[in-house]
Amino acid sequence: MSRHTLSVLVENKPGVLARVSSLFSRRGFNIHSLAVGPTENPEVSRMTIVVAVEGLPLEQVTKQLNKLVNVLKIVELPPAQAVQRELLLIKLRSDAASRPQIVTIVDMFRAHIIDITPDALTVEATGTSDKLDALVKMLEPFGVREMVQSGMVALGRGPRSITSTSSRAD
Amino acid sequence: MTQGRTAERLAVIPPAGPQAGASAGSSAASSSAATRTVERVTGAKSVVRSLEEAGVDVVFGIPGGAVLPVYDPLLDSTKVRHVLVRHEQGAGHAATGYAQASGRVGVCMATSGPGATNLVTPIADAQMDSVPMVAITGQVGRSMIGTDGFQEADICGITMPITKHNFLVTDPAEIPQTIAAAFHLAATGRPGVVLVDIPKDVLQSETTFVWPPDVHLPGYRPTMRPHAGQIAAAAKLIASSRRPVLYVGGGVLKARATESLRQLAESTGIPVVTTLMARGAFPDSHIQHLGMPGMHGTVAAVAGMQRADLIIALGARFDDRVTGQLSTFAPGATVIHADIDPAEIGKNRVADVPIVGDVGEVIADLVVAVAAEQASGVVADLTAWWAELDDFRETFPLGYDWPADGSLSPQYVIERLGAIAGPDAIYAAGVGQHQMWAAQFIKYEKPFTWLNSGGLGTMGYAVPAAMGAKMGRPDAVVWAIDGDGCFQMTNQELATCAIEGIPIKVAIINNGNLGMVRQWQTLFYGERYSQTDLGTHKHRIPDFKMLAESYGCVGLRCESKEDVDKTIQAAMEINDRPVVVDFTVGADAQVWPMVAAGTGNDQIMAARGIRPLFDEE
Repeated sequence: MSRHTLSVLVENKPGVLARVSSLFSRRGFNIHSLAVGPTENPEVSRMTIVVAVEGLPLEQVTKQLNKLVNVLKIVELPPAQAVQRELLLIKLRSDAASRPQIVTIVDMFRAHIIDITPDALTVEATGTSDKLDALVKMLEPFGVREMVQSGMVALGRGPRSITSTSSRAD
Repeated sequence: MTQGRTAERLAVIPPAGPQAGASAGSSAASSSAATRTVERVTGAKSVVRSLEEAGVDVVFGIPGGAVLPVYDPLLDSTKVRHVLVRHEQGAGHAATGYAQASGRVGVCMATSGPGATNLVTPIADAQMDSVPMVAITGQVGRSMIGTDGFQEADICGITMPITKHNFLVTDPAEIPQTIAAAFHLAATGRPGVVLVDIPKDVLQSETTFVWPPDVHLPGYRPTMRPHAGQIAAAAKLIASSRRPVLYVGGGVLKARATESLRQLAESTGIPVVTTLMARGAFPDSHIQHLGMPGMHGTVAAVAGMQRADLIIALGARFDDRVTGQLSTFAPGATVIHADIDPAEIGKNRVADVPIVGDVGEVIADLVVAVAAEQASGVVADLTAWWAELDDFRETFPLGYDWPADGSLSPQYVIERLGAIAGPDAIYAAGVGQHQMWAAQFIKYEKPFTWLNSGGLGTMGYAVPAAMGAKMGRPDAVVWAIDGDGCFQMTNQELATCAIEGIPIKVAIINNGNLGMVRQWQTLFYGERYSQTDLGTHKHRIPDFKMLAESYGCVGLRCESKEDVDKTIQAAMEINDRPVVVDFTVGADAQVWPMVAAGTGNDQIMAARGIRPLFDEE
């Protein structure tokens, strides 16, 4: 199953996230992740949607999204031409004996420890899903108390911005 | 996992604060304030003024608590007539029938909660058939929203997947621009339904009314003009193909392009098929018309598409009822697909030449481009193609057998009705066997004379839609052709017709059963008739003649062939009241031809067991 990253500019209005997510479920499109937040323009929000496409052209997804009145622009960001990041927070069991090993791993992944108690610590890491998966695999043996991960956000590489890009995904 | 992420990120969005729409709208309003009159009004009055400015002449609806403020200023409007229906579903289908017959935007109104949810079926129906409609609903007060207040329903959430767009108005100053946007969205591009939900306290607030000079919808830019390169590519194929078919859908009617369609067809000599939504877009009497394609289409139309080397789809969407099993549909055809909705192109069938644009402009451009091709000497010889199609037409014409039990033939009734009421009448059908027979055996010569529920297949559509059509085209004779099952779903609107003076005519094709379901039981469930006998024959419950009379209509009954013409003529002569005719017909008549669901079009049965295309393979 191939995955595509779509950057979607939408009007910052109530219910837009519901419109987009209900469109995906209604049309049988699979959302792998969806992140939404403000942009440099207060009237516009930006969604980063990772869509898993199986036996269905990506074109159908973007065309249906474009029909939503609140959707302003859609651009596909190919992995090679974009920076993509996710945020991971993970809380581990740790005591004096295991802590140094955890710190070593955290340093290798350029992650940070952002909370600590005598028997636990919380690590913050950003990166691609592959990197975060690798980090989680390394930390799992210490005992994961809980973890949370954001959806992916992405920006195109180079000087151009999405508002100046002419290559709409349709 | 995905859900969790979504919820997590949702919390990060800053509170809505000043909305984009609010700021854009207020600037538009203030810039025009100097030149346009500003009226101090209530929100409710603002709604009525907006409807007047939008050119609305009739609203179908029912008042109730939350929408009640609107009904007070509505009493004083000299421009907007309100038709009080008996059920909100009737209001929605009436608005749909009005829009389909007149080409104008249909409007319905309901209160919050159950009023709004009763509109859900007609909204879904109109949206599926791309009918321009605006629905106005009352909502509980802003402070009550989300509290499960009395008669509260999240109608915006409920109708999100079945509308083109919807609005919840939270600021009374936004009422005019929201209603203006609703009408613009409903009527332009691919038409559809827009719902405007307005809380009661917004309707009661003091505000100003200024009709906006234009609408501000930055994310809405339908493509009207087709791409010249695509037109040229299409024209080349059209001029040179040896087995082409014009596959005409409802979009041609919506684009009011029937005249240019005729030009295109006649200048090329290409055979035409008109889908269920496009009946009337091309005259049935025209020699190039093969009839309706699809599940109950003519053998010639189905065979024409199956064996075509080029399908020119104009405002059609390759619906499953047309294509049958997609993998075996028109295997040898190159496809030109013109539609105003880019998402329809390539959705079901890959388009070799996609053309996005208003189909009226597409056809007009094609006429010119094809003429240029022909002038340069490219003229395909369609003689052999027509010989093949004519052979299908002659061998497998539409027809029917008289019931073996001597009962009245439903096809005959519908055929005679079409012949007597003629091509200027408007016919609105319900859903089922009678709908298919009405599509097959009435000869449609003019656009907007055939109304039905195509996409959603909504039983109960006919009576209220006929009522709406009669309001939109008061000079036309409007016949509802309904089944006894369908009729019992929405016949309460006969009371509306009788009291409001809307003299529609209703032909109940009463076979005592849910006929189409029964046909499937006959063919696919070993004649085990589970829950399809309505008892309308056996017990005569209800007695449709008496029912009609109790609704203030004229009730007639016809049970024999000899009485058919004179009963129809008697109904045609009554113009001061609605007329209902109970045509008591045989239960065993079936709709043929038929492509069974899930099979390929090559397996079309001209009649039971006769497969004209399959046998030859």
